[in-house]
Amino acid sequence: MPKKDAIEVEGVVKSPLKNAMFKIDLANGHEVLAHISGKMRMNYIKIVPGDRVLVELSPYDLSRGRITYRFR
Amino acid sequence: MPIIIKSDEEIALMAESGRILAEVLELLAAEVRPGTIIQDLDTIVREEYRRRNVIPTFLGYRGFPAHVCVSVNEQIVHGIPSDRKLREGEIVSIDLGVTHQGFVADSALTMGVGRIGQEEQRLIDTTHRALWAGIRAARPGARLGDVSHAIQTCAEAEGYSLVREYVGHGIGRDMHEEPPVPNFGPPDRGPVLQKGMVLALEPMVCMGDWRTKVHDDEWTVSTLDGSLSAHFEHTVAITEEGPRVLTARSDEQQLAAALNEPAEVRG
Repeated sequence: MPKKDAIEVEGVVKSPLKNAMFKIDLANGHEVLAHISGKMRMNYIKIVPGDRVLVELSPYDLSRGRITYRFR
Repeated sequence: MPIIIKSDEEIALMAESGRILAEVLELLAAEVRPGTIIQDLDTIVREEYRRRNVIPTFLGYRGFPAHVCVSVNEQIVHGIPSDRKLREGEIVSIDLGVTHQGFVADSALTMGVGRIGQEEQRLIDTTHRALWAGIRAARPGARLGDVSHAIQTCAEAEGYSLVREYVGHGIGRDMHEEPPVPNFGPPDRGPVLQKGMVLALEPMVCMGDWRTKVHDDEWTVSTLDGSLSAHFEHTVAITEEGPRVLTARSDEQQLAAALNEPAEVRG
């Protein structure tokens, strides 16, 4: 059984890019490019700059991630 | 967390777990044919494990509801057995774990149901070859990245992609120990392998793109683009002589025996 290999970190949305990509400022000061997870896209959750989000990162490419949750 | 080094005695116990696992996996493979109900594979594991008095590692792992993962076609891993029947021409991955005398073994295979197409066969053969390329690289003194890179190079040479989000892992008293073993990455990086480490190597290879999605059952992982995917896995101990595959099946004995021959013979 393979291991799910992702790190979850909190960040704040900085600016929207094309293709449902966003620039996210992470709490640790890094900046990553993140896209919206499929599930969030299906549920039409709107993300705007300033939103606090949970980003899933692959430990092998820490510059890109996936937004899995938007905090209310 | 450090990588746990196993003693010779512990590796001997893991080899017993591995042997039992290989036996049961072969029983399952023999049941794969058009019309087989997937759920019946789960029943076989339950009965065989009870008979052998061993523990199904997957059952209840983070709430996983079955003894075995069965993933069909575009499903990559973590498929939950259902009452669906296997159909001619499909490819099916069977991933199984066992705990015996405190130690876990973990192994998977992919095979065709009845007659399958050439493309399907090429995907399966390549994934198996990629696993064994990784195994051959898992020698004391090599680095983990060498293993990852060998797997990646082998599969990508055929135009396939490798899943990024799910990785192999160290294995021992727990199914998932340090280190994570990605199926991609540059050589000559990562921890140096040494005698006593035990790794579960498991390339998950996709015909199309490697991006994945998780189904509503919160377990089954499929390719996002719906392309076919294959998965092979072995539990491999690093010994002084080289890699030792603890879960090798009877049709792999030659491959396993060739591992520790001198390089020029190995070819």
